[in-house]
This record gives sequence, structure tokens and C-alpha cells, in this order.
Amino acid sequence: MERGSQPVLNVEDVSISFDMYGKGMERRKLEVVHKLSLRVHAGEIVAVVGASGSGKSLLAHAILGILPGNARMEGKLEFCGKALDEAAQKEHRGKEISFIPQSVEYLDPLMKVGRQVIGVGKRRERKQRMEKMRQVFARYHLDEATAELYPYQLSGGMARRVLISGAVMGQAKLIVADEPTPGLQEGLARETMENFRELAREGCGILLITHEVGLALQAADRIAVFYAGSVLEVAPVEDFSGQGEKLRHPYSKAFLQALPQNGFQAIEGHQPYAGSLPPGCLFADRCQSRMQACMGEVRMRSLRGGEVRCIYAE
Amino acid sequence: MKRLVKLVLRMASLLAAVSILAFLMMAKAPMDPLTAYIGVNSTISEEAKEEAIEYWNLDGPPVERFLAWAGNTLKGDFGESIVYKQPVLTVIKERFQYSLALMLASWLCSGVFGFALGVLAAVYKDSILDKVIKSVCLVFQSSPTFWVGLLALSIFAVNLGWFPIGLAAPMGKLASEVTLGERVHHLILPAATLSILGIGKITLYTRQKLLEILGSEFILYAKARGEGIWQIVGRHGLKNIAIPAVTVQFASFSELFGGIALAESVFSYPGIGSAVTAAGLGGDVPLLLGIAIFSALFVFTGNFIANILYGAIDPRIKEGGFRG
Repeated sequence: MERGSQPVLNVEDVSISFDMYGKGMERRKLEVVHKLSLRVHAGEIVAVVGASGSGKSLLAHAILGILPGNARMEGKLEFCGKALDEAAQKEHRGKEISFIPQSVEYLDPLMKVGRQVIGVGKRRERKQRMEKMRQVFARYHLDEATAELYPYQLSGGMARRVLISGAVMGQAKLIVADEPTPGLQEGLARETMENFRELAREGCGILLITHEVGLALQAADRIAVFYAGSVLEVAPVEDFSGQGEKLRHPYSKAFLQALPQNGFQAIEGHQPYAGSLPPGCLFADRCQSRMQACMGEVRMRSLRGGEVRCIYAE
Repeated sequence: MKRLVKLVLRMASLLAAVSILAFLMMAKAPMDPLTAYIGVNSTISEEAKEEAIEYWNLDGPPVERFLAWAGNTLKGDFGESIVYKQPVLTVIKERFQYSLALMLASWLCSGVFGFALGVLAAVYKDSILDKVIKSVCLVFQSSPTFWVGLLALSIFAVNLGWFPIGLAAPMGKLASEVTLGERVHHLILPAATLSILGIGKITLYTRQKLLEILGSEFILYAKARGEGIWQIVGRHGLKNIAIPAVTVQFASFSELFGGIALAESVFSYPGIGSAVTAAGLGGDVPLLLGIAIFSALFVFTGNFIANILYGAIDPRIKEGGFRG
């Protein structure tokens, strides 16, 4: 993987907040994603790993421009060096930027899957896409008859492959996969990851959002550790070995040590909730080496081939 | 085949229940069929009256009378209408043609406009357009049919003179000479009045359902794949709201039947609705019973059609063996 080349996706200081209505007329801003920074280069798989329900999916939705109406995004999004604003999102999504959703629930229950994979377009375009779909289906070992099935008739594995097919119909340069494996048997999950690796080899940048650490360790090139709405560390996957001596952030280390294969050593406390985030370092209240300076703003910085959001990591 | 038998049984039990209930209410109602038949100012002798009572078994136990009536009905003899001095079936058949035209027109009108307005309101949610549509629908929904009818009459028929004041055809013209255009001309005001209520309801309902669908995950995915809002509505929205829409649309058969009684009275439109009113006021028991059965059949058919359509729309229902 080439370092320093222009990333396919550049996420810089992105915050996502919701307007919440409290008691009476009180209206407050609930910030769920907090100054998140992340880069995905061509040909690499970056996994964003974090607890379920901590706002990871919002990142995916922000990149595709499909956040709910009451959400507001601040910060910078860039796709291949160009600003990824609403117009650009509209232009690229479904073509250069693909989305792989979680489950078959994301398919229209009343439409045959073939028509959904082919998508919209002019008549002639659709014919070409039909041909393309045949190739893609063959590649993922899907019967041609699969196109004529309705989503409820698909098995878990078929559904997964159909959703991946949908993502590679265009010339995708970036694929955002949101929890693509929950509920899949190990074999199928591994197969999915192999498919991702293949796509990466063809030059796609892949952003994999998951809560399954084991999977991320197997499949990704770099891992972004997601905590309380932000990324605390981005590190090459090799650094997540042993007891995490090579890791940079105290949370990443604790995270690694809490894994079953590393002895389940969980640390005290829980992630702060969106809406009651501490002002400085998000991890400060659980960190043993907390200092006064941790209460101030902590910015992402490069360190030993990775990135970290901690002022004293070395 | 099994479904068909089940269906027939269900329909038969419904009709039996409706006729028993209707008969019971007639029997308890404070009207005397004899007086209704011969008129209040009749000079008929007491003896003749008693003879009539005996002939019709009017003093007999209700069960016996019901069975006699039911037996005749099963043979296809619904009796003679007192008010119209014609067989009940003839009256219903003749009047139903008018009512059917009226109901069909307003049903289509409320269905088409309601659906279209509902989709518009949902797509442009919270815009001015949405707010206007919503307010208008609320007003529509809360206006009583007879009041709307009177209002429409006084504005469009009396003041502006665009439409005739009542009836289904020009007065004093032979039925064979009435043109289709004249019939339609007479139909417009009552049909519009009748559809007002339905438009409000169907619009609000369609809007609500479409918003629900637009908030679902597969719409998010469609959007992520580059579909625009109208493509999403066309490809995914319409089909997914079709089932609830079809349900309300066909369930509204019963409301339509209720509505025509009022609308037809206001416009003196010679359909089933005004026949019901006349029969009720004139103590015309055979006609009332006949219409009760007939309307039950009508509403049943509506729901039955909806059931068949479900299978055509949703493959999941079809696979479950639901073919109506």
C-alpha cells in the first residue's frame, strides 16, 4: 500500500449531531460523532471497530449523504481529493461510492432482487447492467435464477452475496460496508472478507464498519478504534498483537487485553454517553495515566506509522 | 377449492346474521306493516284488516314470520315494496344502477385524488404544500356530507347554475332519450360531495404510510445506491403502500354505502340511498330487509376483492397460499 498518496476517502474532524427536544421547549444539540478523522487509501481495508450502537453507522451514512433529516454534520469529507458535498455525494453514490448494508432488511421486500441489483438508469444502460449483473452473480456463485427471487426467499449467505453484488455493479472506488457479517456463520463471514480482500486487490478502498474485532483483525490492513463517537487510534493491524505493546492509545491497549484470547481483562467504567461527553480526552475518566492536560482539547496526531488521539502516547 | 367453500360459508353466515338482525329490528320497530301498507287514511273495514293480519300472519311469533320470509327470500322472492308498489328486487336493481354510477365515480375520485395528494404531501413533507394538503384534508374529513352537499348545491347549482339542482336526469324527459352527457352532468355534484370525505381520509392515510415506508431501511439503501426521491417513490414506495391503500380503498365500500343515503337525499338522486330513506320513513319492511342484505353483499364483495388483490401485490402473501 502506498503511503502519502492521495487517499480515496478523507474524513477530517467530522462531527454529527442531532437536535433533541428535552422537557418543554428546551432544545439541545446531541453530538453523537465527535471530531472523527480517518483516511482510506486505494487498495486497503480499513476497519472501524467499536461497540454496537456507538454511532459507527452514522459515519457510513454521513459518507453516503443519507443521514436522517434532523442530523447535522460538520467537518470535512473528501473523495479522491475533492470535497464530498451533497452534490458530489449524489453524483457518486451507487457508482464510485458503494454501500453494503447490514442485512437483507435493506432490500425492498416487494421487488425481485435482480431488479434491485440492476438499479435505475436509462433503458439501454439497464440492459448493459443486466449483463454486468450476470457476470457479477457468476463471480459470487449466485445462480442466474437468483435474480428472480424476492428478498425473503434468500438464504443468509445468498443475501450477503447479493448485497455485495449490488456494491460492485459500478466502478466502485470506495466501498463502505456497515456491519456486513453479523448473524453469518464463520465460514460465510470469512468468505465475505475474502471477497473484500479481492476487491481491495483490484484497487478499491474499503471502509469496514464492525463490532467484531476478530474479523477486523483477520481482514483489515488498518484498524481504527472507535470510542464514544470518535476514533482514538488508527494503527496497522500488525500492531494489534501480543498484549498490545505496539499500540499507542491506552484504550486500544485495554481493548485488546479485554478480548477473550487475551484473558478478558476488562477495565473499569463504561463509555461516556453522547450528550455527556467530557470536554477533553474522551477516555480520560477511565485512563490510569490521566493528567491535567487531558482535560483540554486533544487532537489526532501521527505517531509511529499510525495515528493517535492522546497527548502523551509515544 | 377449500378456500372457495370456506368463502361461500363465510358469506352465507354473514348474510344469515345480517338478515336475522335486520328482521329483529324491524319486528321491534314501532311501525305497523298493515298501516304502512293500506295507509293511515284508509277506509278499510275492521274485518278486512283482521283478515289481512291473519293472511300475513302478522300476529304470529317472530321466529315463524322470519322463517316464512327467509324461505321466500331463498326462493328469490324478496316481496313487494310498499312505497314503490313494485317487487323489491326490481326496485333494488333499478336504483342500484344509479347508485353504482355514483359510488363508482366518487370512489375512483377519492381514490385517485387521495392517493396522489397523499404521495405529494409525503414527498414534500413539512413544506408549504404538505401543510396546505394536510389542512384541507382535515377540513374535508370533518365536514358532514349533507352539509357539503347543501353548500355545493347552493353555490354551483343555484348561484352559478353550472349543474342541475337534483335528480339523475333532466325532468320530464323519457328515460330512453336521456343522453350519457346529461347523466354525467347530473352525477358530478353528488359524486364530488360523496368523495370529499374519502379524499381527506385516503390522503392522510397514504401520506402516513408513505412516510413510514420512506423511513425504512431499504429506502436508505436505495438512496445510497443513487436513486432519486421520485425514483424511490416510483420503484419502492408505491408498491409498498399499495396494500394498505387497497385495504382502505375497499374497506371504504361500507362508508360509501352510508354516504349515499345522505348524498342522494340532498340531491334527490334516485338511488339506493334515497330508497332506504323512503323505505324507512314509509315503513316499507320488505324493501328495507332487501336493501340490508344487498348492502351486506356489496361490502363483503369489496373486502373480498381487496383480499384477492393482496396476493397479486405481495408475493409473500401469495406464497402462503392466500389466493382469496
